[in-house]
Amino acid sequence: MIITKQKNFDELLRMMDGQRSVFIVGCGECATTCRTGGEKEVAEMSLKLAENGKTVTGSVVINAPCLELDTRRVLRQNKNLVDKTEVILVLACGAGVQAVAEAVECSVYPGCDSLFLGNVFRHLYFYEKCSTCGECVIGSYGGICPVTRCSKSLLNGPCGGSVKGMCEVDNKKECIWIAIYDRMKKSNSLDKLAKVLPAKNHSAGTSPGRVINGV
Amino acid sequence: MGFREAFDKKDFVVTVEIPPPKGANVVPGIDIAEKILGRVDGVNVTDNQRGIMRMCPLAFSHLLKEMGHNPIMQVCTRDRNRLALQSDILGAGALGIENICIMTGDHPKLGDHPDAKPVFDIDSIQLIKVVRELENGISMAGKKLDGSPRFFVGGVMNPFFEPFELELIKLNKKMGAGAEFFQTQPFFDKESLERFVGQIKGIDTKFLVGISPLKSVKMVNFMNEKVLTRKIPENISKRIESAKDQTEEGVRIAAEFIKNIKDIVKGIHIMPIGIEQYLPYLLDEAEI
Repeated sequence: MIITKQKNFDELLRMMDGQRSVFIVGCGECATTCRTGGEKEVAEMSLKLAENGKTVTGSVVINAPCLELDTRRVLRQNKNLVDKTEVILVLACGAGVQAVAEAVECSVYPGCDSLFLGNVFRHLYFYEKCSTCGECVIGSYGGICPVTRCSKSLLNGPCGGSVKGMCEVDNKKECIWIAIYDRMKKSNSLDKLAKVLPAKNHSAGTSPGRVINGV
Repeated sequence: MGFREAFDKKDFVVTVEIPPPKGANVVPGIDIAEKILGRVDGVNVTDNQRGIMRMCPLAFSHLLKEMGHNPIMQVCTRDRNRLALQSDILGAGALGIENICIMTGDHPKLGDHPDAKPVFDIDSIQLIKVVRELENGISMAGKKLDGSPRFFVGGVMNPFFEPFELELIKLNKKMGAGAEFFQTQPFFDKESLERFVGQIKGIDTKFLVGISPLKSVKMVNFMNEKVLTRKIPENISKRIESAKDQTEEGVRIAAEFIKNIKDIVKGIHIMPIGIEQYLPYLLDEAEI
């Protein structure tokens, strides 16, 4: 799922400076789970915007705004309200924001920052474990992805900068190389780690991605 | 005598580290380098160390080379992708720089441009291998080169990394990729160094163990809290704390330590972080 966090409210007001009427779109999937764009957050946002002098023309939580045809359909159903609006504020990830922007002609602003593709450990605990790099190398590392989980995406071992097993960049995050080592040691596959593994093929993950009928 | 040659001809090899200037003024760094000319076997020129932007090591290495030093150009993988790394390394070869030391580099978040995009396109081991291929006249993309450089290639290691077996795996990979010498993180006590010497017994490469004079008690505390796995012994921090001139005392402690370990290691790498002007005094005191 795509992990998001709501933007600072003052930043939202700055984006909408000079524009008065706002329609809010939320997301029934990821942003609901993240509590950044579900029914409750959309209602709270409506109230806050109204308190700050905006006219909220309406709101809707779309099941999954990234499903573009559904998003178009829902916005068509709300055409009367949308047409009266200068701004649509989308409480979803960047994919949702753009799906909305492609369906309408007015200003569309992101209400959230998209953080990462996250695993849900438990309620509101999210961890990034895959960065959709285009060519999966996890098989060489005991089922753990160093591309994503090492701050430097190192493929041949730790940088040596960790202190007490924690990453030099953030001492709240473990050095994933120690986890890779422990796991491969347990499964007697340290010999795999002893090989010099080749540089990443960054062309495999070139943006913007596109897959049509599997190609 | 070249840096490589020093390992064959000398009992004790000494390298020091001088960062390029934070700005365009090379005079203070060159002035220090002049004062130690002929007294050290190589001078490491750092590459935006700690992620803090400075002049490029290529230019400063060239200046050191011109004055008769053996520059050891550091190359880290944080700031440049595989194209930029290869082209700078070819440039170093053309300027007569014979030694390079390859490392990952600290993350930009720790430096003075924390908003920078971290590159890390390839890692230090892959880059060591790439340099060896450049020497064979082949680029990383497998293309034939018109002329090839020659280098004495080294790497770095952290003797205090735990689990040490993982650090050894990485060391072996660097050696397999073609690294010929290693400079280590600093040691502050003989006991740790003796243990390390035991751990690396039988490993067929050249080690220069790290030495850092400590500038002040503040630096001791910073190193203990943020950088080091093994703490600086308390007697050292107490000596520095009670000294009239903390920096001079720190330099004297480092010099005493060097004299004390000369018999058990092949050489040292001095990292006088921020107090490069004390290098001549340190070499005097250490009888180098």
